[in-house]
Amino acid sequence: MADAAEGRGAVRRRAGLRLWLSGGWLAALAAAALLAPWIAPHDPLAQDLFAGRLPPAWQAGADPAYLLGTDSLGRDVLSRVLHGARVALFVALVAGTLTALIGAALGLLAGFYRGWVDVAISRLVDIWMAFPPVLFAILLIAVLGTGLASIIVAIVVIDWTRFARVVRAEAMAQGAMDYVASARVAGMGRLRTLATEILPNCLPTIGVLLTLEMGIAVIVEAILSFVNLSISTDAPTWGGMIAEGRLSIHQAWWVLVFPLVALFLTVLAFGQLGEGLKDRFDPVLR
Amino acid sequence: MTFLAVEGLTVRIRRGPWLLRGVSLAVAAGEARGLVGESGAGKSMIGKAILGILPRAAEVVSGRILLDGTDLLRLSDRDRRARIGRLCALIPQDPLTALNPARRIGPQITDRLTDILGWDRARAQARAAELLAEVQIADPPRVLKSYPHELSGGMRQRVLIAAAFAAEPKLIVADEPTTALDVTVQREVLRLIAGMQARHGTALLFVTHDLGVVSKVCRRLSVLYAGKVVEDTDVRAFFRTPGHPYSAALLAATPKYTDPDSSLRPVPSAVIDAVRAEVAAWDAAHG
Amino acid sequence: MMFARRLAFRLATTAVTLVGVAVIVFVVIRVVPGNPIAMMLPPGATEADIARLRALYGFDRSIAEQFLIWAGGVLQGDFGTSITARRPVLELVLGRLPATLELATLALCIAVVLGGSLALAGARWRETRTEAAVDVTNGIGLSVPDFLWGLILILLFGVVWPLFPISGRIAPALAREFATNFYLAEAILRLRLDLLGALLAHMLLPALALALPLAAIIAQLLKQSLKETMHLDYVTLARTKGFAEGRVIRAEALPNAVLPTLTLVGVQFTFLIGGTVIIERLFSYEGLGNLAIDAVINRDLPLIQGIVIVFAGLFTLINLGVDMLYAALNPRLRRG
Repeated sequence: MADAAEGRGAVRRRAGLRLWLSGGWLAALAAAALLAPWIAPHDPLAQDLFAGRLPPAWQAGADPAYLLGTDSLGRDVLSRVLHGARVALFVALVAGTLTALIGAALGLLAGFYRGWVDVAISRLVDIWMAFPPVLFAILLIAVLGTGLASIIVAIVVIDWTRFARVVRAEAMAQGAMDYVASARVAGMGRLRTLATEILPNCLPTIGVLLTLEMGIAVIVEAILSFVNLSISTDAPTWGGMIAEGRLSIHQAWWVLVFPLVALFLTVLAFGQLGEGLKDRFDPVLR
Repeated sequence: MTFLAVEGLTVRIRRGPWLLRGVSLAVAAGEARGLVGESGAGKSMIGKAILGILPRAAEVVSGRILLDGTDLLRLSDRDRRARIGRLCALIPQDPLTALNPARRIGPQITDRLTDILGWDRARAQARAAELLAEVQIADPPRVLKSYPHELSGGMRQRVLIAAAFAAEPKLIVADEPTTALDVTVQREVLRLIAGMQARHGTALLFVTHDLGVVSKVCRRLSVLYAGKVVEDTDVRAFFRTPGHPYSAALLAATPKYTDPDSSLRPVPSAVIDAVRAEVAAWDAAHG
Repeated sequence: MMFARRLAFRLATTAVTLVGVAVIVFVVIRVVPGNPIAMMLPPGATEADIARLRALYGFDRSIAEQFLIWAGGVLQGDFGTSITARRPVLELVLGRLPATLELATLALCIAVVLGGSLALAGARWRETRTEAAVDVTNGIGLSVPDFLWGLILILLFGVVWPLFPISGRIAPALAREFATNFYLAEAILRLRLDLLGALLAHMLLPALALALPLAAIIAQLLKQSLKETMHLDYVTLARTKGFAEGRVIRAEALPNAVLPTLTLVGVQFTFLIGGTVIIERLFSYEGLGNLAIDAVINRDLPLIQGIVIVFAGLFTLINLGVDMLYAALNPRLRRG
């Protein structure tokens, strides 16, 4: 049917646009994060108590030097948002990758070797799922102490199950395929079969999950810094800025709104990028 | 008196192939008519078109469906639905999938009576029990409270027959109602349908691919091939002297249990070619 | 018979999971470095003071011993004493639990009504603009987490268009009117519409933030399974009876489409409960989650333990409840 063909074309164009928009935002954000020390107009930590709660530049009573205004301590909101991007993307990249590596490795082992390995890993996943994730993360930060490393460990510890479950199922499905059997018959060792036959076929799935996981890592980091359990209190994080903005919401909306917009777009971009990649490349999750 | 008249009904898949190529068909009040044809001939589509349940992808291009003198295709959706609900009923093909697994049997028989015809519950319940007894189901009160999965396939088909007759419709469309049943049950169900049709005086359009089944239930017969009715005749006359070459070939191809040599004789290719040429000519004429 | 066996089996696995959770929480808290006792003491406290406090809270024994003592206490309803509040953990937890339960229940109701209506509308007007609009709404609901919804709602309905209060459970003056901690239930039962209105005004935004992602999931799953059900023979048969499309969907398709949705909604509801932790913080709502964050910040070990166990208990109870509900709604499991 011509309609359906047109419909599919429109869907594909929309999916392409979705990939471009989300990829574009993330690329711009990554550039801003890398260049933050050079492009940020002010030191994100520099306080100026005489310039507290200045509104954004286009509003009455603003100081044009502070494009997006200042917070209650007179720190530049734009500079803090830019430096906050460094923290957010660093956590997304490192925590996401580590979660993917550990979760996928356990999932592959469980799905490929089956037997007691599978039973042990699957039980562990079940018990893990009984914890409220946010509470679990906060608990871990409380015992590990604050700091970037703690946040990353917390994210890996609460979210590895997400990869383990999906990759396990995928490895099982791949393991049942004929080409795996023929590789084994041809005399390929188990570990080599896993590395050369199963893993490459699981990679699209892992890639999609990794993109989605990065979005989750960004939000978890924001939540932890919101409850003041991230890195040090005055360091520029989106969650920390949002917490401060929440308190002064009726006096200085811009302290909340700008980091919130950055966080919202970033989470949305990772999510849409993941969904777009899923539609395009991954026959399993689709 | 003609109760249902289908005139020149033409149906196609939207921007796709033709399903019905100008079908004309009439069923008199109280008459049992068979509609036979090979699979793919479009016989189920006729039943679906009459009952207003054509698949979304199908569209009626032209023709009329006169039900008691009113053209269903000219009515609004709501009026058509109401008219069909009041005058017609369906005995579906597969008793295993035609009963809602999440609802008890009772309401599935009485819902049309209580919710559309406005009967009170007690009267509808009594009527349902009466009908179940009529289709020879033991212990109707228990069956009315059962769920479909608690009944056998044969019992479910009896329930569906009872449900079809519940509102005393003027026309019942039976869509291959015995195809999914095993042979012993088949014969009982056929006898049941024939008996109820005669007792209630309901017109019946009996859709099937099986000529043997038709002869047990119907008096009149329409033969459908490639979306066209090629013969309209009396059942007994048909078995003696089929009119259309395709009908003759179809009859010859039906295995006779008394004559082992006659079994599995294919329809001769000359006949097929002749009918195909007719169809090709029709398609060419209709773009 | 089958139902009873299923229930017994599920109760047993629930108990095992709870013990597992208790052990893990207990060990995690104690194995990792950090000394809560030191934080409680004023500067200049002597070694003897520390030792006395350690003994008081049982930190001088081995982990296994500590666990057995704690578990024995829990079985008798004694969850220990909060280090910061110096009151029984059970009392603190039970004081806050009703607030969280009411918030989560309200959120669940909103999610079911909203998600269900979207699914029904999408299925009723399938393959039209309405379904496309439902799909877009679901997409947005799914990709924005509850924390962000909370912030957006605060901005929209607290600041830009200040319709609702954005913090607390109810004005402190009104809180004195209640005899129990189940404010919402009490207001409904006593037919105090004034109190009910005040409560709902406070609860609506946090409940909505929690409900939106779940509503999107319900709408997506339910619409999908409704559309699959719409092709089945019994639905077609109902159409020939003269029923309108809306009634066909509600009476014939819905009872069958609900079952596959229900299982996933159960899991998602536990995520919603987990979400109350941060949403309560965001809206300064005095529930268990807010208490939990305070406990963590103050390193109040007995309180943390108690709260995590209660949350895990809630999670497993919900899963149990969903399983039983599934069995009760499924005619194949109901009899025979």
